[in-house]
Amino acid sequence: MNYDQILNQKIQGVKPSGIRKFFDILEEMTDAITLGIGEPDFVTPWHIRDAGIYSLERGHTKYTSNAGMLELRREIVNYLRRRFDLSYDYTSQVLVTVGGSEAIDLSLRCLLNPGDEVIIPTPSFVCYGPLTEMAGGVPVYVELKAENEFRLTPEELKAVITPKTKVLVLPFPCNPTGGIMERKDLEALMPILKDTNIMVLSDEIYAELTYGQHHVSPANLTELYDRTVLVNGFSKSHAMTGWRMGYVCAPKPIVAAMTKLHQFGIMSAPTTSQYAAIEAMRNGDGDIEHMREEYDSRRRYLVENLNRIGLTCFEPKGAFYVFPCIKSSGLSSQEFCERFLREEKVAVIPGDAFGPGGEGYVRACYAASMKDIAEAVSRMDNFLQNLKGKEN
Amino acid sequence: MHTLLELLEQDCTQPTAQLAAQAGMTEAEVEKERARLEEDGAILGYQAIIDWDRVKRENVTALIEVKVVPQSIDGFDRIAERIYQYEEVESMYLMSGSFDLTVIISGRTLREVAQFVGERLATIEGVTGTATHFILKKYKEKHLVFRRPEPQEREFVFS
Repeated sequence: MNYDQILNQKIQGVKPSGIRKFFDILEEMTDAITLGIGEPDFVTPWHIRDAGIYSLERGHTKYTSNAGMLELRREIVNYLRRRFDLSYDYTSQVLVTVGGSEAIDLSLRCLLNPGDEVIIPTPSFVCYGPLTEMAGGVPVYVELKAENEFRLTPEELKAVITPKTKVLVLPFPCNPTGGIMERKDLEALMPILKDTNIMVLSDEIYAELTYGQHHVSPANLTELYDRTVLVNGFSKSHAMTGWRMGYVCAPKPIVAAMTKLHQFGIMSAPTTSQYAAIEAMRNGDGDIEHMREEYDSRRRYLVENLNRIGLTCFEPKGAFYVFPCIKSSGLSSQEFCERFLREEKVAVIPGDAFGPGGEGYVRACYAASMKDIAEAVSRMDNFLQNLKGKEN
Repeated sequence: MHTLLELLEQDCTQPTAQLAAQAGMTEAEVEKERARLEEDGAILGYQAIIDWDRVKRENVTALIEVKVVPQSIDGFDRIAERIYQYEEVESMYLMSGSFDLTVIISGRTLREVAQFVGERLATIEGVTGTATHFILKKYKEKHLVFRRPEPQEREFVFS
């Protein structure tokens, strides 16, 4: 069988992630410290786990309604109002998904017609481009700049808009840069979007992890509310990555279309996870604060020390990543990460894996123990000293 | 942001530089503040929390409920002092409820503990009764669980 002829051409065209090779080295190295994986190092808080367990004890093992349990949708709406001052109708504007990723996939598949363009600011999480292509769209990448603190500027946006532009992805707070968009930054984009039909796909999975200022969603701006598809979930805010719980909030016709697709592809999000998620929404605000405080401590430590040892590091205001510039090493991101892993046994991710504009940077995730972070910094210092030594 | 005390309570072995960065202070400030807190007695000391079972050392801990003749708070303090001065007493608390003092003592053997209760504690003037509960297994102390964390599968998911 020639599977190249059998497999869908679009999926064949999707490039495999550039860091697979890197992970293969890492998997063999059992004693490596990893600041590579983008997930909380916390276990899901016990009361949330317990709610999941209790739902199983009571025998809640069946499908839920396609859009997700009404009780959960109501809690999500309460949560968004309480924490972000956002208003949605739980009966018609919320869909519970299998992680934020499914919500992004559904959004693109329900919005795009063949040839529609999707503006994707980069460096950013890797899924937007491939999911756009699979949905028949065309990714248009915009390189964000360190000197703008990796925010999307109106000039950058204006330069890539064409009559075919259908969706603007706003991945803020941003993985891997830690960049955020403040209210004024969003407002600056409004005049450009105003007379268009461009929809904003706002991936707000790190909304709870901002340091020093509160997250603002494009949906907080009256002018953008009707064109915003808000994606969020429980993975990062409540340390629930393995539960696969996400949700999308959007204008009614869009949620209706997405629910239609979701019911054929997924039926309903996992029931146990939905019960756990209800508990997370009702009684989890304290967990969020606790984890954010922990991350903030580690963030300060890492930023200060990377700068001290000579890796310029823009201060990330959100998520749990730092994105230091490694250009002074004279190595490419890939070379840097591979050598750092082999020589010092510490994993960080090459910036070019996050799309155009990522070359010359690496991503380090500080959702790791203080002990590992401190050790990684000391090894990084060693690595940089050795590099310098070899140059001289 | 965490205060210095919170960070030290979590792990007092962290180097000063690490504490400083997390608390948003300079290293000199951390050292000065730490010295002050020690001086004030806000920081009583620094100890390791040990799972003695892991090093196969026999160790017996007992929680003793102590009843004393009714008295004012000052009176309790006086009796308490007479009890906690003994080296064997690990922790001690004044309680509300059906008894007055909780005394936690540890010794090498059951006999050592029983002897302490019978000969020292019960004979103190003002002590009217004791009930000794031996601790059979420790699960958690100071937020630390007496069990090695289960190895988590490391999956390299690109997220």
